[in-house]
Amino acid sequence: MATAEVSNKRTLKVKRFKPSENPKKTFLTEEKGLWAWLTTVDHKKIGLMYLGSVAFFFLLGGVLALLLRTELLTPAKTFIEADTYNQFFTLHGAIMVFFVLVPSIPAALGNFILPMQLGAKDVAFPRLNLASFYIYVIGAIFTFIALANNGLDTGWTFYTPYSTDSTSSVIWVTLGIFILGFSSILTGTNFITTIHKMRAPGITWGKLPLNIWALYATSIIQVLATPVLAITLLLLTMERFLGIGIFDPSMGGDPVLFQHFFWFYSHPAVYIMIVPGFGIISEVITTFSKKHIFGYWAIALSSLAIAFIGFLVWGHHMFTSGQSAVATTVFSFLTFLVGIPTGIKILNWVATLYKGSIEMKTPMLYVFIFLFLFSIGGFTGIMLGSLAADIHLHDTYYVVAHFHYVMMGGTLIALLAGLHYWWPKMTGKMYNEFQAKVGAFLIFVGFNLTFLPQFIMGSQGMPRRYYNYIDQFTIFHQTSTIGSYILGVGFLLIAYYLFISMIRGEKAPANPWGSRGLEWQATSPPDLHNFDHTPVIINGPYDYHKPMEEFQLGLADSHHNGHDPSHEAAGAKKEVATN
Amino acid sequence: MANHSTSHPTHVQHHFVDSDQQFDSAKMGMWVFLVNEILFFGGLFCAYIVYRAWYPELFTEAALELNTFWGAVNTVVLIGSSLTVAMAIRSVQKDQIEGLKKNLLITIALAVVFMVIKGFEYAHKFEYGIFPGEYYTYEGLQHAQAAIFFSIYYMLTGVHALHVIIGIGLIWWIYVRAKRGEFSSEYYTPVEITGLYWHLVDLIWIFLFPLLYLIE
Amino acid sequence: MGSLFDFMLPELKSPLTGATTDAVMGFVHIVSFILLAGVTIAMIYFAIKYRRKSDDDETPLITHNNKLEITWSVIPLLLVFIVFGWGYKGWLNLKTVPDNAYEIQVSAYKWGWTFKYDTGAQVGNEVHVPAGRPVKLVMQSQDVLHSFFVPDYRIKQDVLPNRYTYVWFQAEEAGESQVFCTEYCGTSHSDMLAKVIVHTEEDFKAWLDEQGTGGGGTPEERGENLITLQGCVSCHSVDGSDGIAPTFQGLWGKERNFQEAASVSADENYIRESILDPSAKIVEGFQNQMVSYEGRLSDDDISDIIEYIKTLEE
Repeated sequence: MATAEVSNKRTLKVKRFKPSENPKKTFLTEEKGLWAWLTTVDHKKIGLMYLGSVAFFFLLGGVLALLLRTELLTPAKTFIEADTYNQFFTLHGAIMVFFVLVPSIPAALGNFILPMQLGAKDVAFPRLNLASFYIYVIGAIFTFIALANNGLDTGWTFYTPYSTDSTSSVIWVTLGIFILGFSSILTGTNFITTIHKMRAPGITWGKLPLNIWALYATSIIQVLATPVLAITLLLLTMERFLGIGIFDPSMGGDPVLFQHFFWFYSHPAVYIMIVPGFGIISEVITTFSKKHIFGYWAIALSSLAIAFIGFLVWGHHMFTSGQSAVATTVFSFLTFLVGIPTGIKILNWVATLYKGSIEMKTPMLYVFIFLFLFSIGGFTGIMLGSLAADIHLHDTYYVVAHFHYVMMGGTLIALLAGLHYWWPKMTGKMYNEFQAKVGAFLIFVGFNLTFLPQFIMGSQGMPRRYYNYIDQFTIFHQTSTIGSYILGVGFLLIAYYLFISMIRGEKAPANPWGSRGLEWQATSPPDLHNFDHTPVIINGPYDYHKPMEEFQLGLADSHHNGHDPSHEAAGAKKEVATN
Repeated sequence: MANHSTSHPTHVQHHFVDSDQQFDSAKMGMWVFLVNEILFFGGLFCAYIVYRAWYPELFTEAALELNTFWGAVNTVVLIGSSLTVAMAIRSVQKDQIEGLKKNLLITIALAVVFMVIKGFEYAHKFEYGIFPGEYYTYEGLQHAQAAIFFSIYYMLTGVHALHVIIGIGLIWWIYVRAKRGEFSSEYYTPVEITGLYWHLVDLIWIFLFPLLYLIE
Repeated sequence: MGSLFDFMLPELKSPLTGATTDAVMGFVHIVSFILLAGVTIAMIYFAIKYRRKSDDDETPLITHNNKLEITWSVIPLLLVFIVFGWGYKGWLNLKTVPDNAYEIQVSAYKWGWTFKYDTGAQVGNEVHVPAGRPVKLVMQSQDVLHSFFVPDYRIKQDVLPNRYTYVWFQAEEAGESQVFCTEYCGTSHSDMLAKVIVHTEEDFKAWLDEQGTGGGGTPEERGENLITLQGCVSCHSVDGSDGIAPTFQGLWGKERNFQEAASVSADENYIRESILDPSAKIVEGFQNQMVSYEGRLSDDDISDIIEYIKTLEE
């Protein structure tokens, strides 16, 4: 697209639009009331509704996790029955994966930020966007029906033939997640189209923020992988409903085929969860280093590389399953290849810090925590990719610790970084910086206390999904449980000060961190249509060596409410060539 | 992209700059959605390939139970409907709204014919006890896994039939809007993207027909 | 450092299957630790050295450095190739069973293990093996997926219902090792444990002879043996406590109340039906969880079990 238009460069008349520090009208003050929220097609309100839902499910999944950890304080029964325990870990996994991690960054933060970073008024299909949200809600309702009606005890992976024989409400949950999948597909479709077609004048592919590149890679995975999950769950539903036998060994079917189908989605899904986190890290680390990103194209293209290779490694979940030897070898090899672009990203971020002007605000603190925890998650991933080691470590707590380091230490910490970074933009309020730092500290300590011991006991042989365990693991389980309580307190503190900031937080300036990102050139909170002018971009999003004025340009003849007299003064004509 | 101050025609939603951007976006969105549809059917085709590799003789045997003649008729019917959809788009591009409406109605009629034939085929098989999965009672095939072939057959054709029904609904909706005079050569995005969807439904059947009916 | 890795891994009791695993794990842990330390120290050093001094700080424009990018792509690539090749070698070894391996048939079910020897002897939840000789386990599941895991030997393999899978190991010294089921299989997944008991070659022979051919004894004794071997006792207690399933104690002749069928008193036919078609009558307060034992127990076996249940009075 970019190259096609280079030949007919046009000249646009631009002038400076400095965002007002006291916006009279924002998306929060217009279209008020519950009904307006529920029927809104505004990407910002939809993003916030997703954020609320994700927070609700995170609370639910988190409480389940704490109950699980409490049960594991003693080797035998502590306070719940084995069947209850099995249901709790199944629901903890299913809720955290499908209802929290998958939609968290793309659907919640991405919805809010993506059109703003593109200088668009909205996503390409706003009504479809709202529909995605309600599809998500319907999927959730199906899952709650299952909860009220026998629960679910198959593990979030629904392995056959256990899931075809189970007496719990498998059909409700598989249908729920089938429906939920369409929410994810439609969001991905919407984002891809928006990124291609809705960019403001001047935003070429080389000037896209890395957050957009990350969301672009994520959307591609969503569109390509989710339908396979949909058909898998449909087949599983039919298996239970009609007994079609495709995964049933007694009818000539094959349970390993189910695992292939399931992981064909669920491995790329891991990248649906983590890749948007990479986008946030790139945004935050440049803002708080006040410095150009190191290796823009390396980071942008490695996201696409991960998206691509990520499709070819699903078999590494099945090294002990009895799949063919050739498949096992190839999957192991490709697994190592996917580690390389991830490593490249980490080193590029660290290099960005070099000679920067580093300010340790809360979002930046989370970036540091992310780099540390996610590196551990990555290295242990390399360990698990190695065939001989994986045979020993598969389905032990080592794996549990590994994916918590990646999903929680990676995705969730990135989400917290993004949430703190964009909170002033989303709500127009500042949170208490000191409390936020205490929260980050609690999360860091609690997280490591919870999951480091799990590496050791997993390596010693403690299998996952165990209700009872043999005595030698007691000390590790107890340390882990104490860690999880600290983690819980950390999250409560975050919820507390964010809530307080909404009620009586200090008013946020338009650009509190001095970022060069386009989203910060809107008011805090933004106007209903994001910008009251058409933004024009001449610099890259990380050009910190250029003055702020060059990032505040818009079409000279676009509408403006003109509350700020400085526009008139800065209204000098400037010629900009767009391509 | 043009600037914001150009006056918006009524069919252009507020967040688009102009009609072209809206048309391009809608078309691209539909293409992305079609890719997703292909992957969706891809899962089923994958199951088909795996089981055909495991039980090749079952597939040749069981395919004989399917009625190739009516399968072929259905193929012709669907290809015909793809043609009329293409003609509908051509008509609206030339502002021939009558032609648009006529072609849409013929498409719907052909789609209904397809579904009726499919219904007869299913009914015929149910008579023999060829039901999906554990309800399978037919004894004409000796193969122990005979039920699996028909499970895959019903899943593939069933999901495809569901797409045809959705297609009929969409085309009817386009017809109603055409009757209300909403379309012209200036604005016919919904006609175009529904057409894209219908071509995909047709294309999938063109794969299904030889894979299920014509195995030698 | 060495002692930390010893702490992380249980003592290796089958070096032929586990030595490579331990070496790969040691290598990855050490390299990861060095790289992690490097990244962390660099990060913290930059954060201190280049901390923001004033809001007007200017930073140099450094956009990229291709030499650096290539360096830190190629070196990790070489490292992971080493890890891949090494791990692959170890895995090939795990898949290649030595020719002289002693073979034992393993049957996994919800929730226990049965081990069958070529003499016809059967034992439940403990497998006796000779030391200093490779042992091959040929495994199949009666119901859902299970997985056979011995941390001391660094071996693990899923057990499937529709096909045979295998593992091998060679324990060098007499002793015991823990077996876990590592594929989630329902309520008592975490109790689906077993022990590998390693004997010296002579002791093993003596033990195997002692087992005979699996028969022998009075019907009651055979029945008692069977309900342990077949894992009945992992759900049905013999001491009067109701767990997942009704207890066997005092079952004989008792009036049974069902969820959807008329009450009957527990006689031979009722017990036989409950074994062969467990879902026909579900006792009140319990769930339909048991799999059919049709084809796994002979008519004689069932009679023996009934004889044994008769002896379990309240």
